[in-house]
Amino acid sequence: MSAAGVAQEHGHEQEHAQGAHGHHEQSFIQKYVFSTDHKMIGKQFLFTTLLMLMLGGALALGVRWQLAFPWTSMPIFGPLFANAGGQISPEFYTMLFTMHATVMIFLVIIPVLAGAFGNFLIPLMIGADDMAFPVLNMLSYWFMIPAIACFGMSFYFGGAASGWTSYAVLADLRAAAPGSGSAQTMWLMGVTFVGVSSMMGSVNYMTTIINMRAPGMTLFRMPLTIWAMLITAILQAFALPVLTAAGFMQLFDRLAFGGWLEGIHTVFFIPAGLVVNNTDPTVGGGQPLLWQHLFWFYSHPAVYIMLLPAMGMTSDMLACMCRKPIFGYKPMVYSMSAIAGLGFIVWGHHMFTSGMNPALGMTFMVSTVMIALPSAVKVFNWIGTIWGGRLQFNTVTLHCIAFVSMFIVGGLSGIFMAAVPVDIYIHDTYIIVAHFHYVVFGTTMFGVFGAIQFWFPKMFGRKMNETVGKWHFLLTYIGFNGAFFPMHMLGIAGFPRRYADPYVHPYLEHLLPLNQFITISAMIMGFAQFLLLGNFLISIFRGEKTGRNPWNSNGLEWAAPSPPGHGNFDVPPVCFRGPYEYSNPNRANQDFWMQTDPTRNPKNPPEAPAHGHS
Amino acid sequence: MRKFWCAFFVFWPIVAIIYSIVASMTPSLGWWFPGASVTELGQRIDNLFYLILYIVTAVFIGTQIALVYVLWRASHSKDERAWFSHGSHSLEVIWSVVPSVILLFLALYQMDVWALFRVQAYFPKEARDAPIAEVTARQFEWRIRYPAPGKKLQLKPQPDDLYDVNDLHAPINRAVMIQLRSGDVQHSFFLPHLRVKQDAIPGQIIPIWFKAEKQGIFELTCAELCGWGHYKMRAQLTSEREVEYEAYLKKLQADQNYDGHATPSAVAKKDE
Ligand code: HEM
Ligand SMILES: [Cu+2]
Ligand SMILES: [Cu+2]
Repeated sequence: MSAAGVAQEHGHEQEHAQGAHGHHEQSFIQKYVFSTDHKMIGKQFLFTTLLMLMLGGALALGVRWQLAFPWTSMPIFGPLFANAGGQISPEFYTMLFTMHATVMIFLVIIPVLAGAFGNFLIPLMIGADDMAFPVLNMLSYWFMIPAIACFGMSFYFGGAASGWTSYAVLADLRAAAPGSGSAQTMWLMGVTFVGVSSMMGSVNYMTTIINMRAPGMTLFRMPLTIWAMLITAILQAFALPVLTAAGFMQLFDRLAFGGWLEGIHTVFFIPAGLVVNNTDPTVGGGQPLLWQHLFWFYSHPAVYIMLLPAMGMTSDMLACMCRKPIFGYKPMVYSMSAIAGLGFIVWGHHMFTSGMNPALGMTFMVSTVMIALPSAVKVFNWIGTIWGGRLQFNTVTLHCIAFVSMFIVGGLSGIFMAAVPVDIYIHDTYIIVAHFHYVVFGTTMFGVFGAIQFWFPKMFGRKMNETVGKWHFLLTYIGFNGAFFPMHMLGIAGFPRRYADPYVHPYLEHLLPLNQFITISAMIMGFAQFLLLGNFLISIFRGEKTGRNPWNSNGLEWAAPSPPGHGNFDVPPVCFRGPYEYSNPNRANQDFWMQTDPTRNPKNPPEAPAHGHS
Repeated sequence: MRKFWCAFFVFWPIVAIIYSIVASMTPSLGWWFPGASVTELGQRIDNLFYLILYIVTAVFIGTQIALVYVLWRASHSKDERAWFSHGSHSLEVIWSVVPSVILLFLALYQMDVWALFRVQAYFPKEARDAPIAEVTARQFEWRIRYPAPGKKLQLKPQPDDLYDVNDLHAPINRAVMIQLRSGDVQHSFFLPHLRVKQDAIPGQIIPIWFKAEKQGIFELTCAELCGWGHYKMRAQLTSEREVEYEAYLKKLQADQNYDGHATPSAVAKKDE
């Protein structure tokens, strides 16, 4: 046993000598712009998505302003609008919520998880020096730029206004939404570019995780973050082509070519005989519901693409903060896989009232209800992880706990809408809006905020400010719940989503004060994000300097320098155990046991202290 | 600080529960259903909602208490080390099996209400046999076509059909069926007080039925984004006694047949 240990130690030393990386000088452009280094690409994604978060938030406040103070001029942003008096017109309102969701989903949540954290963490956590295909990786970031440009042009042309779901026929027929002509087309192009970007990332992540793990990093020694990234990449690879194809179909439905190209005009989603806005009746034989099926076949798995990586990261952070192994590591892996598998057969729950065959409603109800099970198992395991831990309330911990607490709400509200008869009433009301904000913001974004502060030292070699971090958390948490919990009640009261002025309906008039409360909460939450942004930017230059392993954590990434240089590890890492050996009683003088620590004899303290004391 | 944060995380669920209780117990606030359902099927939907609500509330309280309890213990731990445990097989089995039984029960328990609402074979016979009107959603209004009194609704418009806009009349205490269609884009036929919602899909005719048990005027709104004017597709369902309903159809017929050369008595009658 100990002989083996010595041999290992020996090998380690040898590798150390080889590990000194050959340095080749890089130009500024190579290093910061067209970088092929996964860490730089991750940071590029992170900066871009944080910027987009602020933009998406501003759009949301526009929506909220109109619901709280209908038809009054909005401060700050109002004067920017072309509309007289800064008033939000119904067309503009429709554009606002469409672009809000588009920016948040396609330019914030999906790229911040897979793009920023997937890129930064995957090679570091599995002990690789970079991604399998660095150039492809670089392209996956640079394909976001035309996507952003397309969405920007969409704004310029008046804004897409068919919701982020872009339902046919509204999104298919130019006449159906006057002014959306080129805007909707640009929107589709933007989504396609995002899809290409995600696909390039996804191929890269799968290859890297499967092929480039450090010696000893078996599948069941992978941190849950890596499992989540792998499962997400698989989900994306299988679901995304459907959306891309559907996007092109809708694009061809919209394009009205002339001349010899006229034959290209398709009618995939357009039935015959529709008279839209007094134009000629449509000719066709298409089926609008086909769009919904194709869209949700991607977009339901996509909601898990928006969640699983955050689940993985929170699991890792929570174990470290509680100084305790994750409770039920394998059940966590299996439940994530179950979520991914079931995620492919539940898309119809978005279409219960759509007019599809009612027998499908029943099957989709059963599968949807069952997907709540792995979600519940994960919640129980997170609570189990905290149970018996030794925990300190720092910013990271707070965000992890918020993650669990908010996910309980979002998961439970899902059950109401999974029950078809109940969904008849609540579909397309504000309770749906409450549900998905509890999962996408309350869960994913709190996880991301925690992850930013947790891995910040690895990214920049410094820590973010704790006090500012706690204020940001406090205000965001209060603002978030103030804004989104009452939305459940709006939904029960029958308040439909996507209404520019709900108060023209007498049964909704009395809900104005509640909406004002919601808007004020949302503003608190919105302004709190400046604390995050400021803390983030200032800490890059002013934050307290940290060593390699400031959190006394176990993962391979903490064995690399902070920030890791080109090629990541000065000592090529070897993995000796799973990532959750916290508080192992066989370890004498520390309550963590790094995956790279070669100590074999459990009763003895490590001969040479492993890197890690900060 | 440890106490503060534990209190913080228990405070929010308590506020949420109190708020929900207040909202559900105080109809005057209007933060709950817009009144009891006017249809029996709607009441059954509400009952299913309450069944889920009770189960979900119990789970919510249980998990939030568990969360704050383990938080309190973990943050006040005096032990030098955390409890070294990788999990528990039996706990995993318990907390997988128990929820799955509850969830499966919930799903199966919903089936017959759904079948009644949506599967045509389960519609009441009186509704299935004689649809009272065809409702066509358009940007941004509801067009209603009734068959002439004493006739049956035909798929193709008939010369003697009667038309109205944004005002759907239906007799009370009778199961009535409507043929729902769309003239342009997608819409959704939403009667909040009846708990009825059905999308109108271009190119498709979708039957819906309801049996209002209360007289009155109930809002009809659109619940599927259909363009910039989505919010203003305001219409109503007038639920009235059979005689009033017949009178309404008669009046529609008279108005429609009015040729502009009415006798003075008819004009006088109109002015009343
Ligand atoms: C416990 C598991 C969950 C269940 C049973 C569930 C169920 C549902 C159902 C039935 C709907 C459709 C409701 C309707 O439109 O009438 C829905 C909508 C939605 N869910 Fe979930 N959900 C769950 C978890 C999640 C998670 C984890 C996410 C995201 C991270 C998510 C994101 C969404 C989004 C974005 C929508 C609305 C999409 C739209 O219409 O714009 N859900 N959910
Ligand atoms: Cu879904
Ligand atoms: Cu509408």
